[in-house]
Amino acid sequence: MSGTTAVSPKSPSPRLWRMRCVQVAAAGLGAALVAGAAAGLAAGAPAGAAAAAVIAVAALVTLWFVRRRVRAWSYTERDEDLIVSRGVLVRRLSVVPYGRMQFVDVTAGPVERAFRLATVKLHTAAAASDARIPGLERAEAARLRDRLAALGEAKAAGL
Amino acid sequence: MTGAVTGPVARPGGGWHRLHPLSPLVRSGRTAVGLLALIGITAAAGLGQGGSHLYDGLAAALVAAGAVVNWLVTRWRLDGATLCIETGLLRRDSRQLPVARIQAVDVVRPFLARALGLAELRVRLAGSSHADGRLAYLPEQAALQLRAQLLAAHHGLDPATPEPAEAVLAQVPTGRLAGSVVLSSTSLVAVLLIAEVVLVTDVPRLVATTGGLVVVWVIGLAPVLWRRVSLEYGFTVAQAPDGIRIRRGLLSTVAETIPRQRVQAVRMSEPLLWRPFGWCRVEIDVAGSAARDRAEETRRARKTLLPVGPRETGWQLMRLVIGAEPPPLSAPPRRARLKTPLSYHFLAAGQDSATAMGVTGRIRKVTTWLPLAKVQSVRLVSGPVQRSLGLATVHLDAAGRDVRAEFRERPAAEAARLAEELPVLCRAARQRAQFAGGA
Repeated sequence: MSGTTAVSPKSPSPRLWRMRCVQVAAAGLGAALVAGAAAGLAAGAPAGAAAAAVIAVAALVTLWFVRRRVRAWSYTERDEDLIVSRGVLVRRLSVVPYGRMQFVDVTAGPVERAFRLATVKLHTAAAASDARIPGLERAEAARLRDRLAALGEAKAAGL
Repeated sequence: MTGAVTGPVARPGGGWHRLHPLSPLVRSGRTAVGLLALIGITAAAGLGQGGSHLYDGLAAALVAAGAVVNWLVTRWRLDGATLCIETGLLRRDSRQLPVARIQAVDVVRPFLARALGLAELRVRLAGSSHADGRLAYLPEQAALQLRAQLLAAHHGLDPATPEPAEAVLAQVPTGRLAGSVVLSSTSLVAVLLIAEVVLVTDVPRLVATTGGLVVVWVIGLAPVLWRRVSLEYGFTVAQAPDGIRIRRGLLSTVAETIPRQRVQAVRMSEPLLWRPFGWCRVEIDVAGSAARDRAEETRRARKTLLPVGPRETGWQLMRLVIGAEPPPLSAPPRRARLKTPLSYHFLAAGQDSATAMGVTGRIRKVTTWLPLAKVQSVRLVSGPVQRSLGLATVHLDAAGRDVRAEFRERPAAEAARLAEELPVLCRAARQRAQFAGGA
């Protein structure tokens, strides 16, 4: 098909990475405090510090994984279908034709809202087809939603 | 099946009709039986002191009154182009079913209704998932006649046209059905449990600990086996002008019609124990909400096309439903054996310009075949082990919860090419189908 390969893939907003950093940091901090306090009360201050350090290292390792995961998300709007690829260890690539879309979900949780981000999810009649794009800038999410809805209507096909 | 023209249904332009006067009895049949049993038990046990009989009687009377009122306020009419069904006392519910949009008309006979010579008519419309009409219950003859009328009107024929003949494609003899149930994994479990019981009774000490549990298991398994027999007894598949017609049932009989354009995928499974006999089971996935088929005791949108039958019959049915010849299959490369040692012997997949087929399974061979026009999305998945072997899996998802053809363990280059080409092929197939269907 002509013109289908000319479109370049797009990535989620860089703020998604920042959001994930904050999430991991908050979770790590909480876990480190609890573990440190528990170990410190049970076996003295050095044990507490060691427990907190272990948690901190774990958080850093998690961050490394999360960084790769965030980088792996990408989506391409082609003429006839949307391609979403994700995953580091298990790589997944979904091709969803616009005509097959049933509805488009735009969600933004409290954390995402704080970072002015949103998640766009495409639903088809098949439960298995997963085309989810997290961490989009609000404007981009709205644009994508409108474009998908318009294209879905234009190319709609029955079951 | 169509008999002589009798009853009030014969007039197509006629006025309003009631359902059969015995309908409330059949509809509240289960509840009534349960209540009666409850009353009987309480009375027999002498627990009915202090006016508890009164409450039981009151409850039964309420149920009965509700059913009768429901019958009184329900009426239906067929005036050429629409079937109207009105019901409800407080909240009036009037349903107009345009004959032109009728997709299928099913005749269902639950046990009690069958004993009384009644039948339920179920009208399903294209497109909508829940606005379907139910007429429960009509006299059997009237139901069959109304069904023929609706179908004739749907095809723009004279309402008096008799129901078009159907060609029987396959029938399942009772012996084979019984054999297939005996050779199913469920009964294998049951046999193992019984063996355990025998073993345990030899060692008296164990009886107390595991005996009760085993009995519970056997009690739990027996209905499963019984259900398969009673649901699939006398299974007949026929080809009718409006789709594939299936008749089945021992106590309650179901006659359902599956429009061919609603079929999303067909699946043939060949369990290990059936293979010596060359038997297979064919199921189809149908689009639409599954919940409304609850009365037929099939909650899923997966319907059995052939409970058990020779492989050739299975293939014949699948070809008929899909309307094409199977695509050429190819096995994954030998190195895939390292990743899937247990299922490599079955793995195969292939596609042509109209359909795609994937074979999977470890012990039970499952062949899934779907028209490309029904594909909802294409997914390319590769795990770490697959990547190290240069393999990837391509899924073709069709509408439904777990409906897909899998191209397992294909070489990475081929998988990438498939992920590129299949969406294009699917689009072409979809456009062809739309063009053929008149949009």
